[in-house]
Amino acid sequence: MGFSGRRMLAELGVYARGNLRSKEGFFFTLVFPIILILLFGAIFSGGSSGPTTVYIQNLDNGPISSAFMGALNSTTAIKLVPVPTNQNFTQYLSSHSSTDGIVIPQGFSSTYIANQKVNVTAYGNPTSTSSAIVFGITSEIVNAFNLRGASGAHSVGVSMHTAVSSNYKYIDFLVPGLVGFSALTSPMFALVNISSTYRRDKVFKLLSLTPLTKTEWLTSKIIWYIGTTTISFILMSIVGIYAFGAHITFNLGIAMFLIVGPFFFVSLGMLVGTISNSPESAAVVGNLVTFPMMFLSGTFFPVAAMPMYLQGIAHVLPLFYMIDGLTNVMIYGNFGPAYFDVGLLLVISAVTFALAVRFFRWRED
Amino acid sequence: MPAIEVEGLKKNYGELQAVDGISFSVEKGEVFSLLGPNGAGKTTTIEILEGLRQKGGGTTTVLDMDPWSKGYDLHKRIGVIPQGFKFLDYPTPREAIVYYGVLFGKKVDPDELLRRVILEDAANIWFQHLSGGQKQKLGMALSLVNDPEVVFLDEPTTGLDPQARRAVWEVIRKLKTEGRTVMLTTHYLEEAEELADRVAIMDHGKIVAMGTTEEIESKYGSGQRMIVKSKGDLLKYLKENTKLEVEGEGGSVTIILRDKADAFVALGAIQESGVDWGDLTIRRDSLEDVFLKLVGEEGRSEKEGA
Ligand SMILES: Nc1ncnc2c1ncn2[C@@H]1O[C@H](COP(=O)(O)OP(=O)(O)OP(=O)(O)O)[C@@H](O)[C@H]1O
Ligand SMILES: [Mg+2]
Repeated sequence: MGFSGRRMLAELGVYARGNLRSKEGFFFTLVFPIILILLFGAIFSGGSSGPTTVYIQNLDNGPISSAFMGALNSTTAIKLVPVPTNQNFTQYLSSHSSTDGIVIPQGFSSTYIANQKVNVTAYGNPTSTSSAIVFGITSEIVNAFNLRGASGAHSVGVSMHTAVSSNYKYIDFLVPGLVGFSALTSPMFALVNISSTYRRDKVFKLLSLTPLTKTEWLTSKIIWYIGTTTISFILMSIVGIYAFGAHITFNLGIAMFLIVGPFFFVSLGMLVGTISNSPESAAVVGNLVTFPMMFLSGTFFPVAAMPMYLQGIAHVLPLFYMIDGLTNVMIYGNFGPAYFDVGLLLVISAVTFALAVRFFRWRED
Repeated sequence: MPAIEVEGLKKNYGELQAVDGISFSVEKGEVFSLLGPNGAGKTTTIEILEGLRQKGGGTTTVLDMDPWSKGYDLHKRIGVIPQGFKFLDYPTPREAIVYYGVLFGKKVDPDELLRRVILEDAANIWFQHLSGGQKQKLGMALSLVNDPEVVFLDEPTTGLDPQARRAVWEVIRKLKTEGRTVMLTTHYLEEAEELADRVAIMDHGKIVAMGTTEEIESKYGSGQRMIVKSKGDLLKYLKENTKLEVEGEGGSVTIILRDKADAFVALGAIQESGVDWGDLTIRRDSLEDVFLKLVGEEGRSEKEGA
């Protein structure tokens, strides 16, 4: 009774085709994620478009720095907001929910005039579009200054700094939240439903008459829902970034959660469908398990914004750890806590998977 | 070594004794048919043999294996159509066959198999859109993908039109010529007569008769009978003037022919009676007559009351 990749893939192929051919499958895989993010994004994001706000701290005071600031100001893509010289710049940035800023060092003018090398510092989040604008414009102006410089030597440089602020926009939380929502709902509803209809139509009996194993069957479902969750992630990220200016850091850490989330929820859906013996009770138990997670795990609102007692509940819901982890890697680039989240999810997923395979009977006694 | 051996098989669902200590065996290459009214226990029996249900008692061996505990190995060597075969909604018959081929690790030619069950025309239609008979034919095709030694067919022709039924019969005959063992349940007695080497009639979880159809007909049937239609009271005349065993209802009289002489006595007496008569036939009890006799109306109403 070994594991056969060929059988698993054959099962995956049949299941994938079925989902793509069914209107509901198509809707929930491709259309629903977009609707979700558009809806919640539109409701909660007070969208402010227009020029990117860039904080600038001028520690110099000489003529060259003024000229430099004038050049920056003349571009319409950014709006300069001066920061008092007595402020700690990075703290100031984060307290204003921004990552984008420029610091002109002390002695900038005199160094430039003396034809010595000097750097302006640009702060930004390398993955956000606004920061890209800031870095781009700063470099351009620096180049222009260097050409105008007496010797033509490249005496002004740009040193780039990554700034990650601790205040984020709602949309930034919404993307990981809704990706988690998709990872929860699609497999849960599908598997609870499958476990009762397949039993009613005796499809499990048919499958048990073939060499396909329960592990292969369940694995194919996990792979399918990793696929749909990844599609949701991509669609939601695109809409989030382009429609609402979400800040998303793309990295491999995200992939861990796109894998382990569906792994868990497919297993859980099967377990729920298996232990409840009638289709009706499966649906009820399925909803009992799904709904609290749907609303209390940080899907639509950051958990940190919830009252303490609800936060306590959130911490026992597995979806919380998926969304928490995704938020950590997608927004903060904070891998330490994310590894904890993913590790925890892996353990409970493995246990749930084992239980589902163990209790899931496709024959009758 | 028989392909299927069943000894004292029992299965109950709570109070209900669905299978009540039945024994039979099916030789390799034999076509064996289970007959019986609704709820007799046919599906329960066949599913136990397929390893889909656990037995309550007794012993069962299929191809030398215990179907429940050795199900995984057994399933590679048997083919099954469950009663009321259903499949996933979206695969087409061709895709379904290819899928089964991969699952069983067998090279299959989907077109050949589709032709065999006369399903070529619907090869690319989603299962959910197939007609009832086409679905059943796909079930037949899938049960053959793994080149099975024993094929279990639970009411394979229920709901099929006469043509399709005959096509399935052809498939079953071919299975027999290929040396496969077939266990078949059906409600159509002619089907059992056409196909089965031996039949077992089941009722209330028990086997009430078993053997070749001829054996059953001669053992439980009433032998030859002469049936005469008449307008006058022929029944009364025969009862009063001959020693013949007669029964009748309406305008039809049935004379049991215990031996050949009875036929001459009967003809003579009918002529002498002066009653207007016609439509004389001689027939034997068919399997259907025996079936109805063995699982009579009384048995059925008792069942419904239960
Ligand atoms: N899972 C079950 N739970 C409870 N009772 C059952 C179950 N399966 C079958 N029965 C009962 O067992 C009896 C035998 O059922 P079975 O399906 O074996 O009959 P059958 O001979 O195949 O009938 P049919 O010709 O209608 O298909 C019936 O009375 C049925 O109601
Ligand atoms: Mg039945």
